[in-house]
Amino acid sequence: MRHVFKIRKDYYAGGLMILIGLVAAIEGQNYTIGTLRQMGPGFFPVALGVLLIFLGLLIAGTSLGESADGDDSVLPEKLEWRGWFCILAGPALFIIFGKLGGLMPATFACVFISALGDRSTTVKSAAILAAGVTVFGVLLFAYLLKMPMPVLKWGLS
Amino acid sequence: MIETALTDLTYGFGVALEPHNLMWCILGVLVGNMVGVLPGMGPLATISILLPLTFGMKPVAAILMLAGIYYGGQYGGAICSILLNLPCHPPHAVTCLDGYPLTKQGKGGTALGITVISSFVGASWGITEMIFLAPVLVQVALQFGPAEVCSLMLLGLLAGSTLARGSPLKGIAMTVLGLLFGLVGADLETGVPRLSFGILELYDGVEIVALALGLFGIAEFMKSINQEIKVDLKYSKVRVRDMWPSGADFKKAALPMFRGTLIGSLCSLIPGTGPTIASFVAYATEKKISKTPERFGRGAIEGVACPEAATHSSVQGDFIPTMSLGIPGDTTMALLLGALMIQGIVPGPQLISQHPDIFWGLIASFWVGNIALVILNVPLIGLWVKLLTVPYKYLYPSALFFVCIGVYGANNDMFQVGETMVFGVFGYILLLMGFHPAPVLLGFVLGPRFEENFRRAMLISRGDIGVFVERPISAVFIGLCCVLILAQVFVWLRGIKRKRDQALRDPESVPTSPQTPTATSPAE
Repeated sequence: MRHVFKIRKDYYAGGLMILIGLVAAIEGQNYTIGTLRQMGPGFFPVALGVLLIFLGLLIAGTSLGESADGDDSVLPEKLEWRGWFCILAGPALFIIFGKLGGLMPATFACVFISALGDRSTTVKSAAILAAGVTVFGVLLFAYLLKMPMPVLKWGLS
Repeated sequence: MIETALTDLTYGFGVALEPHNLMWCILGVLVGNMVGVLPGMGPLATISILLPLTFGMKPVAAILMLAGIYYGGQYGGAICSILLNLPCHPPHAVTCLDGYPLTKQGKGGTALGITVISSFVGASWGITEMIFLAPVLVQVALQFGPAEVCSLMLLGLLAGSTLARGSPLKGIAMTVLGLLFGLVGADLETGVPRLSFGILELYDGVEIVALALGLFGIAEFMKSINQEIKVDLKYSKVRVRDMWPSGADFKKAALPMFRGTLIGSLCSLIPGTGPTIASFVAYATEKKISKTPERFGRGAIEGVACPEAATHSSVQGDFIPTMSLGIPGDTTMALLLGALMIQGIVPGPQLISQHPDIFWGLIASFWVGNIALVILNVPLIGLWVKLLTVPYKYLYPSALFFVCIGVYGANNDMFQVGETMVFGVFGYILLLMGFHPAPVLLGFVLGPRFEENFRRAMLISRGDIGVFVERPISAVFIGLCCVLILAQVFVWLRGIKRKRDQALRDPESVPTSPQTPTATSPAE
């Protein structure tokens, strides 16, 4: 799959900027653009969107003349799907458990799952780390800083 | 003038030495110093993580602590570079060149000692500069109309995005992206929700904490995961009594120290040239004027003293435009300004007169903080070295928790934790495509004020865009912007030409990036 991404990094970079610029410019037309003298809310989104499209073209365009370096693929050397997944699962579980169970389970789940992203971490060491951070976090945020988030609860409320 | 400055400064010391403020200041430099040492955690991520904690604090205490993290982190970064040859923080990448050879020769203690002294000299000069220069700048800036403010911001944005690391074009694109993020939410004049795509939670705009922690927290973790940093502690045993430099070493380092200080303070006056550029320029200069340039790279004490003094003088100098004009020179400053704005304080020239406690308290706390750093660094050096061995696999899950709880705590809103995740993924994609997302924050913080002033300027001039070049001060800023762009185009063209020449000379060699000024590149 990697060779598919072997096309110049800058094409993707420019393309992404053009895409975002297009979204901003098109969405901006839904608001009043106004004139230079009396600008409406749509003026800046459209102007910045057009500028970003222009910059995107420049980024993709200026890479044309350069010879391909070895470092031109978008994806990194090793694909860390496990690491990426676990890092994103951390905050996701924090949201879910935070809404359902409170600070304590949310902290534990967040640290536990994200710690598993490292290849050398075992379930046991992840659990120990998560327990440690949970104790520390609950003491600091719930008792010292008095955050308005219940430590332990059950269900949506 | 000196008399008023002294009176104000005395007042500032009164503020900074209040037990409450003093505590937060010391805590800030301590935390900054600690994370500065930790490989893989920069001041930017740390300030973002601790930002929500400061919401409940008084504005003075909050800003003292956040500023402390910033300059405290610079002290820590040097330790990492000298003892381990790890350029964890870009400004100190150049310190590795001579710091690590010194460590290998068993003179790591001396190098650290010289670093501490140079840092203090550099910082002291930066602070003095701020005391005298900031009020003058304010006097000038108070005369500015919306057109001038606009052009100045444009200059700041352009300098911040083109002079930072990486491709200038991509930097500008990132700034524009930041400006776009700044537009999200209700329009200032009409209240129309813009670019929020019907999501109710976005009507108040993008949360700065979510943006910063997504781009500099989660995205960084995704980049660094499973990338083992080799830590070699073989040479890093340092005794406290080794840290006092010998007379000969001190003599060798004294002049470079002052030269570095000067270079750093010059760099800090140009918006956008932060400590990284200052330290690289300082090292290159010192090597050029040295009588024995061959010693550089093999453990020349000058090669440590000069860039470190430059870094610190520029770090303190960076606060000048930020606090007096409300125009941040780099991303960290943008974040600090964001923190002030969250506290309900409007940055700009009126800050000194409206909130003298913040301005003079901050200046006085710089002295207090820097002295505390010098005192702390000596006995704690052993502890810092131990900290270096904390593996990343324990660090990032804990940091991730702080990210989550920090974003949640900002507004007690789980939606923003989700927002952070989205920005994290987006930031990682940007990193993969060779963007440096730091200028996004610069654009984000300045964006709303830029738009407001632009609209006002246009209203006053009746839609005549020429107003920016007709008013003399504004014309100067616009002229500087043009110079900046032309200089970048020139550098780019020269890079292409050099590449072509090189390819002609020996077609076998693979050309490298034209943007690196020296043989070393900062850890990116």
